[in-house]
Amino acid sequence: MNSNLFGYDHNDTWVHRLTGTSKLIFFILVSIIAMISYDYRFIFLVLLLSIFAFKQSQIKWSQIKFVVKLIVVFAVLNLVMVFVFSPNHGAALYGTRHVLINLGYFTITKEQLFYELNLGLKYLVTVPISLIFLITTNPSEFSSSLNKIGVSYRLSYSLSLSLRYIPDVQNDFKEISLAQQARGYEISKKGKLFSRLKGTTQILIPLILSSLDKIQTISQAMELRRFGKNKHRTWYMNRKFTKKDYGTILLSLFIVVIGILFMKMDGGRFYNPFV
Amino acid sequence: MTKTMIEFKNVTFRYNAQAEPTLKNINLQINEGEKVLVVGPSGSGKSTLGNLINGVIPENFRGDLSGEIYIDGENAKDMSIFDTSLKVGTLLQNSNDQFVGLTVAEDIAFGMENDCFDNQTMQTKVNQWSKKLSINNLLKQAPNSLSGGQKQRTGLAGLLVDDAPILLLDEPLAALDPMAGSESIQLLQELHNELKNTIIIIEHRLEESLTKDVDKIILMNDGEIVGIYNPAELLKQNILNQYGIREPLYIEALKSIGIDLNKLHDIDSVEAVDGPGVADRIEQVSAKAKSISKYNASADILSIKKLNFAYDKKVIFNNLNVDIQKGDMISLVGKNGVGKTTLSKLIVGFLQPDAGEITFNGDNLLNKSIKERADDIGYIMQDPDKMISKVMIYDEVALGLKLRHYPKEQIKEKVDHALKVCNLYPFRHWPISALSYGQKKRLTIASMLVLSPKLLILDEPTAGQDYYHYTEIMNFLSQLNQEQGLTMIFITHDMHLMAEYSTRTLVIGDQTILRDNTPEKVLDDEALLAKANLKRTSLSILAKRFNVNYNDFSNYLISKERDNQHE
Repeated sequence: MNSNLFGYDHNDTWVHRLTGTSKLIFFILVSIIAMISYDYRFIFLVLLLSIFAFKQSQIKWSQIKFVVKLIVVFAVLNLVMVFVFSPNHGAALYGTRHVLINLGYFTITKEQLFYELNLGLKYLVTVPISLIFLITTNPSEFSSSLNKIGVSYRLSYSLSLSLRYIPDVQNDFKEISLAQQARGYEISKKGKLFSRLKGTTQILIPLILSSLDKIQTISQAMELRRFGKNKHRTWYMNRKFTKKDYGTILLSLFIVVIGILFMKMDGGRFYNPFV
Repeated sequence: MTKTMIEFKNVTFRYNAQAEPTLKNINLQINEGEKVLVVGPSGSGKSTLGNLINGVIPENFRGDLSGEIYIDGENAKDMSIFDTSLKVGTLLQNSNDQFVGLTVAEDIAFGMENDCFDNQTMQTKVNQWSKKLSINNLLKQAPNSLSGGQKQRTGLAGLLVDDAPILLLDEPLAALDPMAGSESIQLLQELHNELKNTIIIIEHRLEESLTKDVDKIILMNDGEIVGIYNPAELLKQNILNQYGIREPLYIEALKSIGIDLNKLHDIDSVEAVDGPGVADRIEQVSAKAKSISKYNASADILSIKKLNFAYDKKVIFNNLNVDIQKGDMISLVGKNGVGKTTLSKLIVGFLQPDAGEITFNGDNLLNKSIKERADDIGYIMQDPDKMISKVMIYDEVALGLKLRHYPKEQIKEKVDHALKVCNLYPFRHWPISALSYGQKKRLTIASMLVLSPKLLILDEPTAGQDYYHYTEIMNFLSQLNQEQGLTMIFITHDMHLMAEYSTRTLVIGDQTILRDNTPEKVLDDEALLAKANLKRTSLSILAKRFNVNYNDFSNYLISKERDNQHE
């Protein structure tokens, strides 16, 4: 089913019951401030908080293990690459240089390690926040949430529509590809590389044509039901804000303020323990 | 005084892309509470008429429009498509493509959302209408997971919440199996009786859509209105076939046994039609019937043994066995979603079975690639757009031969021949985009025939075809079958098609072949028909009413029909 695209799990916890809008605001504000700050004390606080929320939303490891593994691999790869390309970045940033192991170009400094620790924490903190949003938000609420925070309803609706049509297009692609093979394009392993390539490109014309057809039909169907008539529209799946929603938004603002305070204290984005 | 809901005065419309007007000088008047069928062959302009009523023209299609159109008393010129949609609720042809909501409830509420209704009102109305259409237990489901009939109900509910006084349905039967189609028509009848709204149905399947409450039938041809009739009047006119509309089967039968239609009463209902001498004549011909020899059993061409197949965890086939003989003309029938298309896909290699054997002329098919299987087996998918990959008609048909490295002259000869038998030769230099749906379907048949397959599998070969093209395609296919011994399997919901053109019927159900018999025997088994979501034809209702054996009656008619064809 296409609603699984977002990984929505149809569970019922207080996190699930929050409106999509408040979760979206929390997600955006908190990840932005966590991205800006390089103060591990602050990021660590946010991490604790988001792990708490994560536990509360009762997400199971099996739901997320693929994504999490993927993210961890990329994060580690990224940290290694940062070290490979500029092993001296930490020292330059913090203005001091405490050598731990001297290896010439790849000399390891305390500053570099500290910098990469902050970086790693930042990656880590965004994982639970974004997963909470994706898994506990009903996809039906997605477009209305976007609309609530100021994105035009046409844009947000077309976004969620295109997500809805991805499985359809995948299906079409498969069918057309099979039909082309029946015509004589050998795409299976028995064919030569060139003819396989040529066969694959032949799928695109009918795929584009059938998708354009679909778009035309759907936009006609939408117009026939007055989509685009008014400047605003209401949303069936919209729910009233509860105290918890206001709480969530206040909390995210509070986190932003804390983050800014930490930056004031540090005199910039970076907390420097070396001076 | 009755109120006029729709009025056309001298309306002519020409699409910008076309040289000739698609609608010519249309005058018509539809009153409040009337139920109107618009019938006509493909290309007769009936869809264009619908698009003028709901405002899609001129909003989405540009062209020259002259004359005046009034919808519920207002001049359509002064109405936007949004204004019109509050008067005319439109259900588009393919309900699958018009879903906009992620769940049934959201889809029903879509129009109200755009009108900025508050949530309280929306919920009340969604509950009210979903209950009325018995889809209230499906509200949280994704529309894609519904059956054809449920999809249509969802679409209808989404229109009914608007309280529009006019409902316009474009080919509501197209995507439904016979049972679901008849339920849908019945539902419309109930709604009409209760709401007294104006209903316009555009259909070329007259028999299925003709119910007691139809007030008018507008017959269109070539952009013009041939006439506006009440049902009985139209059936007595005896002009339907000439305009590419299939007459109801029982009318065809009564005509064929020499009954004068003008002397009949209740001609528009198979349950009540009668007249002087009808009973005697039906009895007389049924007694005369000779059994028709159909089976020309010869060597097995395709043989399937112990086939198992499942999509993920959903078992489709469990130990399915069937042998198909050379020269068979097989109809494959069954409920929507029971695995008819899946079986075809397993044969041509689009899907791989979990267990079992498929052999073709003794060769194991399972080791062969799709391309290799396609040399012997032509598979024509339901949706022609999924098969077509070229821009020009000639190139499309030639593609399979080019890829098989035939010499140029031979390609030309074969392609020309295939185009001629499929009646597409005059269009050979046209772009494919200029073809109608039915023509595209014939094009895909042509591009398979050109490879001289030994077995042809056709998925709904006549879907979306009017009667003229239906007869043309089917006569052409049965000619191929008789002259060249080409074996054919067609997937169909059309009981006429099954009875008239196939020699053997395979009913699929319960994860296997539920029945393997002649079409007459299948049509005579009511329990089986109900199980497979099929419907008795009006012919068998007639036979029952007059107490004759259905097999005898239909055998008489079929052999008579064949004699006529041979002459």
